[in-house]
Amino acid sequence: MKLRVYAIAYLIFLYAPIFLLPLFAFNQGTIIAFPLSGFTTEWFGELAKTKALHAAVQNSLFIALMTAVFSTLLGMCAARAGAMANFPGKRGIMGFVMLPLVLPEIIVAVSLLVILRQVLGVNLSNWTIIAAHVLICTPFCIAILNGAFQNLDPAMEEAALDLGESRWSAFRLVTLPLVMPGIISSMLIAFTISLDEFIIAFFLTGTNPTMPVYIWGLLRFPASLPVVMALGTLLVALSIILLTIAEILRRRGIAKAGGTDKGGFL
Amino acid sequence: MATRFSSEQKRTMGLLTAPFTYAILLLAVPLLAIVLFSFWTQDFMEVNTTFTLDNYREIAEKPIYFSLLQRSLFVSFCVTLVTVVLAYPVAYFVSFKVQPSRKSLWLFLITIPFWTSYLIRVFLWKVILGYNGVINSGLINLGIIEEPLTFILYNVNAVIITLAHAFAPFAILPIFVALEKIDRSLLEASQDLGESKLMTFLRVTLPLSMPGLVAAVLIVFIPTIGDYVTPELMGGAGGKLIANMIQVQFLQLNNAPLGAALAIVAMLSVTAISLFFVFLNRRWLRGRS
Repeated sequence: MKLRVYAIAYLIFLYAPIFLLPLFAFNQGTIIAFPLSGFTTEWFGELAKTKALHAAVQNSLFIALMTAVFSTLLGMCAARAGAMANFPGKRGIMGFVMLPLVLPEIIVAVSLLVILRQVLGVNLSNWTIIAAHVLICTPFCIAILNGAFQNLDPAMEEAALDLGESRWSAFRLVTLPLVMPGIISSMLIAFTISLDEFIIAFFLTGTNPTMPVYIWGLLRFPASLPVVMALGTLLVALSIILLTIAEILRRRGIAKAGGTDKGGFL
Repeated sequence: MATRFSSEQKRTMGLLTAPFTYAILLLAVPLLAIVLFSFWTQDFMEVNTTFTLDNYREIAEKPIYFSLLQRSLFVSFCVTLVTVVLAYPVAYFVSFKVQPSRKSLWLFLITIPFWTSYLIRVFLWKVILGYNGVINSGLINLGIIEEPLTFILYNVNAVIITLAHAFAPFAILPIFVALEKIDRSLLEASQDLGESKLMTFLRVTLPLSMPGLVAAVLIVFIPTIGDYVTPELMGGAGGKLIANMIQVQFLQLNNAPLGAALAIVAMLSVTAISLFFVFLNRRWLRGRS
């Protein structure tokens, strides 16, 4: 019982900042502090008028979409390989691919900046951010897709092969529909991570900032803070919706493949 | 050579080629590049590619770098301690006390804040801890304090609180996974043999959950060294960390070689401490058995 109270208090601690967000987003006062001073939707209206923000959001959506597609494709290769035959060195290779999960992001950021700018002389653009985001999202995709691929009964694909399907069509017709919820879940998670990622994007962003980089710029100006709160409210709502869909699909995927849910994205 | 592997093994390798090549090109090669860079120097606009230890010498000689590194390691250490100690009971609760069908829901609720708007979340801690913040105005209204508390913003404490909040789910998940793997009959056996609940926890549950605890420590300790957002927003003048310095060297002072050397020193320090921790833990576990 005491543990339950503690766990609930802990959840409140986790959610405390998020609860504050809508309070200030709808607050008339321009200073982000208590006491609150009346209801307004002015800040949301301000969002609709800010052209620079729209460009940043567009950039971020494009980056997040590309990241979701590519990191899920790489994640599928790795997760499927993970469920197949072992060979010497496989664990090492898998460990290496998962490494960005524990690497400090600034290390990834500076090393990519050096290789892209100083060695290859590439101009920074949305694609340089996509390249980095695919790298850091792939481990998360693998973790989610492992759940889908590992519970799969290999006999089903073998049956399709025995009945004369080619390897590719056996995969497409039998395995793919079974792991589809996992794939969508993985794409949604990668999308959410990329959309929110700042540390790497700040280093690799070109002339057009991404949304978090744009928000970072706004945080320095007290006058723009209420607008940031309004934007944050929308973003949190969007992330919660995307994550809820991802979670429902992830569970459905595991159930479809005949496994039991061991819980959690990791 | 080729005949040594079965056809399925070969297909496995084929599948791994894409993610592995990607990680080599975008992780291993760039990491090698910064190692190389750290031995070069910045000559005004050009990079001088003569091999030299100058960057490392500068880091060793100027006390600012050492004190930043020291403070960063201290912050990472505190954040790790706070997160893991606070997270363990939650992981324990979800694994042992929550019905199996509700476990996913709990984990989902715990992970949600982790994925949402990192920058804004950090900023909101400023609102909570600030001079007119939630905590101060709350405590003043309740009559507990008369003057706002100032030790909770723009210093190292604020950085630790904010980072501990940001990394909380990262600590809970590995501990939870380790607790889930524990065979529940071992706990019954221990209690049947007359151990109290506390002793059962200390002698059975805790040692068996150690792999998760170690994973939690590493997964919090290593990445926290690379965060420059929280110290920038929350740390004030005295709360800047090594990651801020790396960021400044790369993006403002245009001294990539020195920035690279700092990144490597920071990385090596956390790796060395992590390895030492894992080593101590192994010895402790072996000493018990």
